[in-house]
Amino acid sequence: MSSTAGSTAIETGESPASRALRRFMAHKLAMFGLIIVVIFVVAAPLAPWLAPFDPLETSWSRLRKPPSLTHLFGTDENGRDVLSRVLYGARASLMAGTIAVGGAVLIGVPVGLVAGLGGKWVDIVISRIADAMLSIPFLILAIALAAFLGPALENAMIAIAISASPIFVRLTRGMALEARNTDWVEAARAMGNPPWRIGLVHVLPNIIPPLLVQATLAIAEAIIAEASLSFLGLGQQPPSPSWGSMLNSAQRFIEGAPWLAVFPGLAIFLVVLAFNLVGDGLRDALDPRSQKR
Amino acid sequence: MWLFLLRRLGQVIPTLLILSVMVFALQQLMPGDPALILAGEERGDPVVLAQIRAELLLDRPLAEQYLSWIWRVLHGDFGFSWRIHMPVGDLILTKLPVTFQLALMSFVIGVLIGVPCGVLSAVWRDRPIDWVINGIALFGISMPNFWLGIMMILFFSVDLGWLPPSGYVPLWEDPWMSLQTTIMPAFVLGTGVASVLMRHTRAAMLGALSQDYVRTARAKGLGERLVVGKHALRNALIPVVTLGTIEFGRLMAGAVLTEQIFSIPGFGKLVVDAVFNRDYPVVQGVVLATALIFVMLSLVADMLYMAINPRLRTA
Repeated sequence: MSSTAGSTAIETGESPASRALRRFMAHKLAMFGLIIVVIFVVAAPLAPWLAPFDPLETSWSRLRKPPSLTHLFGTDENGRDVLSRVLYGARASLMAGTIAVGGAVLIGVPVGLVAGLGGKWVDIVISRIADAMLSIPFLILAIALAAFLGPALENAMIAIAISASPIFVRLTRGMALEARNTDWVEAARAMGNPPWRIGLVHVLPNIIPPLLVQATLAIAEAIIAEASLSFLGLGQQPPSPSWGSMLNSAQRFIEGAPWLAVFPGLAIFLVVLAFNLVGDGLRDALDPRSQKR
Repeated sequence: MWLFLLRRLGQVIPTLLILSVMVFALQQLMPGDPALILAGEERGDPVVLAQIRAELLLDRPLAEQYLSWIWRVLHGDFGFSWRIHMPVGDLILTKLPVTFQLALMSFVIGVLIGVPCGVLSAVWRDRPIDWVINGIALFGISMPNFWLGIMMILFFSVDLGWLPPSGYVPLWEDPWMSLQTTIMPAFVLGTGVASVLMRHTRAAMLGALSQDYVRTARAKGLGERLVVGKHALRNALIPVVTLGTIEFGRLMAGAVLTEQIFSIPGFGKLVVDAVFNRDYPVVQGVVLATALIFVMLSLVADMLYMAINPRLRTA
């Protein structure tokens, strides 16, 4: 790859995708984030094999034992192994993060495309609705929705997906409006393409890079939101492990058993940091205006 | 300028209308029959239930319910709490100073850390100090507020015993104690604001430093301190002021978990308690109030932007 140094991408005939990939691979922090993400993504489904203990098995003989060689992260107020619970908790967090953002993209992108390409009045109506949703603080909207849907992990995901969708509406709409005035879309329209085809074939592929960046950063935010809802008791229900609910019960034993609060929080922090690093790396790699090779 | 303001108002009013419909719909979606909740022990008596339904207009068509509700909201009547037996408007007003104090303290901490750090890292771009500041900002953005809060309680309250772990004392009762109870949550919230402000200040400063007038200032031999402080910073701060106003709006509402952890009786705790008590008029009132504050502050942000940016004044 170093042979391309000194020449531009156009001269070497490198495609934008492979150029972005190369730039991303050269981004040390982003790769570090990606490695952490991969570790968590691999560990979560393998939790039954990786976890040293059953995450739900209680034992009166080992209540709130500090970290030791048998229980690396210690045990909780019911004698459950904290390491096993953190491992299983990764499932709830990653699922909530990816599925909720997936839902937000599936709602937000089509609606945003319609707003951007559908004409003045459609745009005004959709934009005002998105504005109204964005004016309610993200977490308060998610809490109100989760409360209405009932406390469960699936409902928390739906609540987060709905609360996060206006961001994607706004982003897609803005990009679609920009693309609408470009020459290639003008040409596509002149050739008689119907609006839906222009949207799907000519506009959408061009706005995927910023969407990818936004989605990655949104996963980080969704993981924090899931942990917050679970902390309040509106997400994953006990005894099933989730990082947020573990932190909630840890708060009561903060004086005698601080390790209960340290490890689940550290897990949230690491995953969120990793997604943020990947998102920042993607932004740098995908920005065509960036002068970095 | 006035035309712009008018157009902006033309956006705000429909937004608020849609918002009111959504908040009203939220109540319709809430599980449980309000009449049953309100009747309490007399829930078996159909006469009592019918009386409550008639009082709350629950037996009327939805459109009529909405219109009467919005009419009362416009007159400052946000309804009546089902649990605390207090008008929701009064309830919100009693919590407002608490949340405002916390938001203001967090904001000051955020600005005092975020803006200088942003300037430093732009001026020393790609130097070690830039990396360090960027790294800390990334930590601040990735750190879940509530975990940072718990860790601070662990360190400063449990281990060192310097600060009370939770609770709140109003400023006018005992200012010193009030500061002690709010400094940790304010710091927790402030670090988040600082991280965001730092990133934006840095970006704006980098933009300003590459402008021609900065090159001119340097070319005519002005000291670097004057170039950075007077020429670049003043211009870079314009977008930062707008963003800061919006961040303040988020602080006025976004402190849900932090208030929960430190037992601060503000908006966040009010809404969470109301959700668990199924006190829907309070949930509705808080959602509406926080959204209203946010919309107003973003309007203020736009006006500030015009006030400090002379180029927009003539447009």
